[in-house]
Amino acid sequence: MTSEMTPKMNDALKQGVAELARSLARKDFTSVELTRAYLERIDQHNPQLNAYVTVTGEQALVQAQAADQARAAGTAAPYAGIPFAHKDIFCTSGVRTACGSRMLDNFIAPYDATVVEKMRQAGMVMLGKTNMDEFAMGSSNETSWYGPVKNPWNHTLVPGGSSGGSAAAVAAHLCPAATATDTGGSIRQPASFCGLTGIKPTYGRISRWGMIAFASSLDQAGVLTRSAEDAAILMQMMSGFDPKDSTSVDVPVPDYLATLDQPLKGLRIGLPKQHFAVGLNPEVEKQIRAALSEFEKQGAVLKEISLDNSHLSVSAYYVLAPAEASANLSRYDGVRFGYRCDKPVDLEDMYKRTRGEGFGDEVKRRIMIGTYALSAGYYDAYYIKAQKVRRLIKDDFDRAFREVDVIMGPTSPHTAFPLGSKTKDPVTMYLEDIYTIAVNLAGLPGLSVPAGLVNGLPIGLQIVGRDFSEAQLLNLAHRFQQATDWHTHTPGV
Amino acid sequence: MALELKDIAYIAHLARLQLGAAEQSEALSRITNILSMIDQMQAVDTAGVEPLAHGFDASQRLRDDVVTETNQRDLLLKLAPSVDQGLFLVPKVLE
Amino acid sequence: MAWETVIGLEVHVQLATKSKLFSGSATTFGAEPNTQANVFDLALPGTLPVLNGEALRMAVKFGLAIGAHIGKKSVFDRKNYFYPDLPKGYQTSQLDHPIVGKGSLTITLDDGTSRTIGVTRAHLEEDAGKSLHELFPNDTGIDLNRAGTPLLEIVSEPELRSAKEAVAYLKKLHSLILYLGISDGDMSQGSMRCDANVSVRQQGDSKFGTRAEIKNINSFRFVEKAILIEAQRQIDILEDGGRIIQETRLYDPDRNETRSMRSKEVANDYRYFPEPDLLPVVIDDAFIAAVKTTLPELPDLKSQRFQSHYGLSEYDADVLSADRATADFFEVVANACGDAKLSANWVMGDLQSVLHKSELDIAHSPVSAHALADLISRIKDNTISSKIAKTVFEAMVNGEGSADTIIESKGLKQVTDSGAIEKLIDTIIAANPKQLEQYRSGQDKVFTFFVGQVMKESKGKANPAQVNDILLNKLKK
Repeated sequence: MTSEMTPKMNDALKQGVAELARSLARKDFTSVELTRAYLERIDQHNPQLNAYVTVTGEQALVQAQAADQARAAGTAAPYAGIPFAHKDIFCTSGVRTACGSRMLDNFIAPYDATVVEKMRQAGMVMLGKTNMDEFAMGSSNETSWYGPVKNPWNHTLVPGGSSGGSAAAVAAHLCPAATATDTGGSIRQPASFCGLTGIKPTYGRISRWGMIAFASSLDQAGVLTRSAEDAAILMQMMSGFDPKDSTSVDVPVPDYLATLDQPLKGLRIGLPKQHFAVGLNPEVEKQIRAALSEFEKQGAVLKEISLDNSHLSVSAYYVLAPAEASANLSRYDGVRFGYRCDKPVDLEDMYKRTRGEGFGDEVKRRIMIGTYALSAGYYDAYYIKAQKVRRLIKDDFDRAFREVDVIMGPTSPHTAFPLGSKTKDPVTMYLEDIYTIAVNLAGLPGLSVPAGLVNGLPIGLQIVGRDFSEAQLLNLAHRFQQATDWHTHTPGV
Repeated sequence: MALELKDIAYIAHLARLQLGAAEQSEALSRITNILSMIDQMQAVDTAGVEPLAHGFDASQRLRDDVVTETNQRDLLLKLAPSVDQGLFLVPKVLE
Repeated sequence: MAWETVIGLEVHVQLATKSKLFSGSATTFGAEPNTQANVFDLALPGTLPVLNGEALRMAVKFGLAIGAHIGKKSVFDRKNYFYPDLPKGYQTSQLDHPIVGKGSLTITLDDGTSRTIGVTRAHLEEDAGKSLHELFPNDTGIDLNRAGTPLLEIVSEPELRSAKEAVAYLKKLHSLILYLGISDGDMSQGSMRCDANVSVRQQGDSKFGTRAEIKNINSFRFVEKAILIEAQRQIDILEDGGRIIQETRLYDPDRNETRSMRSKEVANDYRYFPEPDLLPVVIDDAFIAAVKTTLPELPDLKSQRFQSHYGLSEYDADVLSADRATADFFEVVANACGDAKLSANWVMGDLQSVLHKSELDIAHSPVSAHALADLISRIKDNTISSKIAKTVFEAMVNGEGSADTIIESKGLKQVTDSGAIEKLIDTIIAANPKQLEQYRSGQDKVFTFFVGQVMKESKGKANPAQVNDILLNKLKK
């Protein structure tokens, strides 16, 4: 097989979505050439990184060819023929959708998620499905049945989770962008660890139809890219009301690209004092403050605020998410699809061994915590209490947004940590999401932009806005990226 | 409210999860750990606070009563581990 | 020791929507297994529920019909348990905030007395699939066609005090849901299922005894028998000094006994919590008012109107108003021919007979309401006698045409010419001197002999009233 890796194609692999659209329009290369180049690179590097679980090479080339033909006929959609990857949590018809689990290792989805359909309609070329923490439960991509994902910046470190595969793929240029999901920080934290721009929109902005459920009231789809502009392009494709999802909100989707360049003079930025306290690595804090001064240079005003109940967010989350998950995962029982244990003796045996063998340890633990929190005698003390705390947390944000327009702070307290370093103690793992979780509880949109390097490793700045303020978040990220170049740093691989 | 192994066994049963002895004690220690973190919530006073189910305040949309689905039996039964005569098979259930 | 039985009924009614409660799959009965089960019904990963508005309207309609409080904000909850016919591993139901709150149903007992029975609540929930245990030697087959069909679970207060009352309540409920058009209420097909909570206590005791739940009784008759046998079982235990265990039991109609279900060793902890894939169902006064306009005149009111407007007896009015289609049919007939009493008799009598024999419902009656009205008009205008009308009716049922056509073609017109009748009577009297002697010597019964002979001779066409009058006169001499 001849290599696609000419200097021209090597260069092409560095381009983001926006640039690729221009290149393809200019006919610098074809979509088929581009796709082949990506597939070759995946072939070369994925064995080390383990970012992709399934590579859909043949399908991708068919899609690429169709895009090239459309382009030749002058009927191509603006981003047709651009390769990307889907987190393996989105059902893709005819393609394995395993959600990082042995339970779904043999599951060929018979239908497309709404997000998948939208990307297909936009003409984007799916390179494959990316690795993830099992059923999205994790902050390091170490719980996957398919093995851990390595951080392209340093293979001994985690890429973050649960969207670790998508993050590693984008950071290592195994695709220019990838879809992902975020329930407690699973887009933002990997974005921070891998030097990417990742956005989790407002709950209800993007349809959950076909997105395998972890915690229904917290899950939201989003995207990992290498620039705010790219994120805006993909957000445009993915967002919108879907009648198949009862929690989908019927709010018009603005033109995210149109407002990217808006000046931010007079912007009031709130800095939660709880996010700049004990636990935050001092080097990270330095980088974050430097990043914040960039905004000040552009005319923003910084103001300290307090999110009083911030310290309870992880507790509330680790009741609510497992509780919802414990019910969402009951359907995995070996009856209608997925894994079934060998030679079940009776029905009880079939259930228990199928689920005992099909699920990994972290998933089983969370199911048990959730089951416990909902069980008789504990429902009020745990589940109801957590929902009340959720209200308090939302109120904190509402109060804050009366004084400020956006809230900023570190996405993560530190840089990527070593593989295996936090797997022994679940609580330390859970505290990884200490700055991100509250945003999911409140249903607000949150974004992470690369904001510096600490010991050569990326860190992210989190930007949180009011409901449906994605355009503003992307605008701020874009303005930041025009004045800085952190987002252009990618690992050598 | 300290959790014991028998509680773990009961919860595992409710959730239909087979756990080996080692798994059970591992689960006991980790879950005990997690519960003490969760218990931090008890310190805050939430009297009179309304539980929040979703980030937003909205009400359920209604669907028209129209049949939109066709027979997909062939496609869907292919996914199952054990089928016969158009039915999903499970080890016999005694009522 | 005088014992009192306390019964509460939980009735599951399958709503007659075209599609399921949370998916667009069809709900038609009797389809090939798993041909009406889509990705959501199979609980495939990533699938989500969307609420069927018609099911909601039907539930509200029911609530209005029993004068119940309508929940303007109702919530769906997950009821968690594992069973192969429950694909998601939870049933989406309603716990603390049902769509219908407290209402009541008035029942009439055999002795004519009525009682008002409280209805605690009614809520929407999804039906499970079907488990088929008999088809395979070592396996159970699962059919998910029924999974997701909308059910309305109607819970009565434990105010029923006898098996007969329970059956009366069930029948009233059945008639009401058919009236409202929200279900076909077919117990044999499972569109209406009854669970009975039965306990006993000493007469005068205010505390409730421990109850047993008897599940899935599928006919009115079995409900009565199951309650009687269960109450007796409990009385026997208590009289022996034992205790009643709160448990679920099945009624075995072959043995006429209840049996403890091979239950889970540990009681089910359903771990209810609000369904996060659905939002609270909020309805306003306008929504409720719109549903109200679709309410038909309910049986009790209709019966009263039949009595006051048409002058029917309470019994006739009750019978006719029990079924909406029959009531409507009756009114068309009565208004067309102007004789309510005759219409009532014909609808309740001859027509019901024919329908029952051919196992047809009134919607498929071989004789239309207007056709029947025409027939009755011919009786009223003396064209034919009531007796001949029966012959005409039979011919109409056979499809031989309208009343007029049949009367004409078969020459069944009544003879009302007094002169002709007189002549006929003279002939009969002359031909039967012996009977004449007998009558005149005081044997009144012989009169019917003469009537019979006249009718026979006239082939039934002589107007009976006139025959009577003229014969009386002639025989007097």
